[in-house]
Amino acid sequence: MSPLLEVKDLQIAFGGVKAVNGLSFTADAGEIVSVIGPNGAGKTSAFNCITGFYKPVSGSVTVDGQDITGKRPAVIAATGVTRTFQNLRLFPDLTVLDNVRGGMHLYGGQNFLDALFHTPRYRKSEAFYTEEAHRWLDFVGYKGGRGIPVRNLAYGQQRQVEMARAMARKAKLVLLDEPGAGLNHSEKRELLELCRKIRDLGAAVVLIEHDMSVVMEVSERVVVMNFGKEIADGTPAEVKNNPAVIEAYLGKDDDAPSAKPTATSVEDAEKAANAAADAPREGGES
Amino acid sequence: MSENVDSSTAPRRIGKPASRLSALFESKQLGWGAFAIALIFPFILASNYAMNIATTAVIFVLLASGLNIVVGYCGLLDLGYIAFMAVGAYTAGIVSKAWELPVLFTVPAVLVMTVLAGLIIGAPTLRLRSDYLAIVTLGFGEIIRLTANNLTITGGPSGIYGIPGIHLFGLDLSNPVPFYYFCVVFVSLLVLGSARLGKSRLGRAWRFVREDEDAAEAMGIHTYKVKLAAYIFGAIWGGLGGMLFAAHLSAISPQSFVFLQSALVLMAVVLGGMGNTRGVVVGAVVISLLPEFLRDMGNLRYVIFGVVLILVMVLRPQGFWPARAFEPEKGDDGSDSGEDGTKRSRRDRRKLVPVNPATGEKA
Repeated sequence: MSPLLEVKDLQIAFGGVKAVNGLSFTADAGEIVSVIGPNGAGKTSAFNCITGFYKPVSGSVTVDGQDITGKRPAVIAATGVTRTFQNLRLFPDLTVLDNVRGGMHLYGGQNFLDALFHTPRYRKSEAFYTEEAHRWLDFVGYKGGRGIPVRNLAYGQQRQVEMARAMARKAKLVLLDEPGAGLNHSEKRELLELCRKIRDLGAAVVLIEHDMSVVMEVSERVVVMNFGKEIADGTPAEVKNNPAVIEAYLGKDDDAPSAKPTATSVEDAEKAANAAADAPREGGES
Repeated sequence: MSENVDSSTAPRRIGKPASRLSALFESKQLGWGAFAIALIFPFILASNYAMNIATTAVIFVLLASGLNIVVGYCGLLDLGYIAFMAVGAYTAGIVSKAWELPVLFTVPAVLVMTVLAGLIIGAPTLRLRSDYLAIVTLGFGEIIRLTANNLTITGGPSGIYGIPGIHLFGLDLSNPVPFYYFCVVFVSLLVLGSARLGKSRLGRAWRFVREDEDAAEAMGIHTYKVKLAAYIFGAIWGGLGGMLFAAHLSAISPQSFVFLQSALVLMAVVLGGMGNTRGVVVGAVVISLLPEFLRDMGNLRYVIFGVVLILVMVLRPQGFWPARAFEPEKGDDGSDSGEDGTKRSRRDRRKLVPVNPATGEKA
């Protein structure tokens, strides 16, 4: 059986910058695949190509045997792709329920004539929308108010609403662009559980994530990107000890080109890099 | 409008209606109340002058509720809305004169022409966003007026006159009072229609497009089609308004469809509260009646009119009666406005929870 999502030799360039430069990877139904890589590796650009927000220069994207390369985002969404955004993209002035209803536009069975004459079909479909919206909010474990505008919610709750909206699409392929960004530890644990729940529904989950502990724990497969290309693809354990990956995160030791990098796993490399990055920042703030 | 998106992270005080007064404003019976006031009005004042003004106001309400679909629901700034009214008015005038038909029989022709006009103007322009769209619609508004000014079929600068009034089931409704009643019923149905559209799947799609076009697109909403639908509905409402206008004045000319008229309709929508049908109706009535109340001032009245509008926009930029995002929570039956008993429970709830949970402010 062919994989649910198949990305082949995807390329996109902004001027001279090749943000995605020959990326290939696959994802199967019922599988969590993480896409990781240093900042600027082209992860989000790749997502935008897959979902149609950018038109790829070359390469192909296939979902469930359908070629969706370069199609309109709405058309791609209709083939069964849903996504969340790196920076929240909710409908701020609308209520929580309305936001989740946004994911249900493609089903529900009412047209404008039903709405104008308030036919029984209209009432039925509105009741269905509301019920479904509540169901998906329960699914993501959302506990806040549901009749209030999302702009009044805390950040973590807004993340949950965005997840509920994405899930309400009932898609085969769920693309999550840094779903854990800005969440605290316990919220991240809930997110992990949620990812597993989504996978158990039979969808393929592809997520971009920076937190290595999250990635290593939840993914069946990890795709590591650098300079717009995948440099490693395998189970978390395989990827962790891949020299190319460690090099991408920590850099190459110029003084001793033959020596192995000192860090022995990606997690160590991450920690070292974070420590290096945090030190001046903390100094500046105090 | 869309320029304010950057402030979108800040909480605003929009949530559950806080007081009994605002619960009254949200109640479903309010539309019937407004309808009743409109029906009673001729018993209070039935001079030809009053009827003329009132009919104009009612037609203006129709235009504003149509533009509300485009600007309020969908967030597309249209500065040439009056063009659709012109298309409707000219179609009604030309068809009824040419075939000597009663004006109401021109409705199918008006619908066809306004849908066509909506498609012709909308299809190329709706790929543009915000400011660019406003400029292009402004241009189209002028193009329609200038075309009407220069064609022979539209009567050139002198326009069309002698358009018959409304006849329905053998009744002559062209006298001021019957015509007023006809307009009230006709417009009420269309206003109700626009409110219902706003609460449907399509209406939500319009709001999604207004709030965040990319996110809407990612959810499978074909934003271009949805925007075109808003434009076409707006065009139909405007065209029917034009038809009533033609029947009301029995004469139309290009001077009736100048940019100032587009601006006034837009002002009614913004002043009343974009996206809220009730607010827009109030805004339209205020905009069409205020100059008449100020008529004693002579030429000064437009100065005062302008000052009043500026004051309102400074003091209440969201409009008199903005759309309020609020829904009953799970378990609420949503009927807690109206009956006496539930009102009391609302008051009790307020006593128990003095702080508005949505904003953290005191309710």
